[in-house]
Amino acid sequence: MKTVFPILGVLTAILLSYALYEALVAAPTEQTMGDVQRIFYYHVPSAWTAFILFFVNFGASVFYLTKRRPAADIVALVSAEVGVVFCTVVLVTGPIWARPVWGIWWAPGDIRLTSTLVLWLIYVSYLVLRRFSSSGQTPTLAAALAVLGALCVPFVYFSIWFFRTQHPQPVMGGGGSIDPRMLHVLLINWLAFSCFAFLVCWSRYRLERLQREVDQAHALESLLEPRRSAR
Amino acid sequence: MSNNGYLFAAYAATWIIHIVYLGTIVSRYSRLKREIEDLKKPGVRS
Repeated sequence: MKTVFPILGVLTAILLSYALYEALVAAPTEQTMGDVQRIFYYHVPSAWTAFILFFVNFGASVFYLTKRRPAADIVALVSAEVGVVFCTVVLVTGPIWARPVWGIWWAPGDIRLTSTLVLWLIYVSYLVLRRFSSSGQTPTLAAALAVLGALCVPFVYFSIWFFRTQHPQPVMGGGGSIDPRMLHVLLINWLAFSCFAFLVCWSRYRLERLQREVDQAHALESLLEPRRSAR
Repeated sequence: MSNNGYLFAAYAATWIIHIVYLGTIVSRYSRLKREIEDLKKPGVRS
């Protein structure tokens, strides 16, 4: 296990570098927007990765609610945390792309933008609950919140099908179309970011498991200390 | 800002966000390592 992680880390770094080269150099320049359209190769894969992580969070939360396995609770926490990081990237790169293309940083009331912000806020609330609540019921409450939060994910994705919005149509499974070379670069970037997300989740999972073991050791030490002092 | 400026800003922002998050993981690991070393010391409470 100790050798697998560095090997995967190096492979992911190579893949991310190749994906960056493809996005900045190899991908064709879009005729209307020009080079700024290349933000698409970071914006969209980050959104897809965030959605997948939120679904992992949903699955792990349901599993925790039914089976009460601590490992499922850790998976839920880790996937939500890394998902929020990717969703933050979406919320930052989106306005940077919108400014030169739409002429505004943010379209107030736009359903896709607003629902993505709400989704981000739901998962930030989830993490705040996990961080600051010390009750034994916290994992259960967080899992219930995660189930509700996951309902928002399909709404965010499909919102542009059902509402009038400034946001472009989805490039896959929707009304939009894309040049095959652009699609190739998009999928390479998605693969690279998915591998990166997997490795981050893995290291974060190990950290969380270790943290819980240390907390248990501290609790045990606190229980034993009065007996030691009494001797 | 030119179009390339926006492109650079978006890519830089993406990596800054990821690197800051990775930094928090590394700092949590270091703190935990210190806690584990404290726990291993006999008779020392952290």
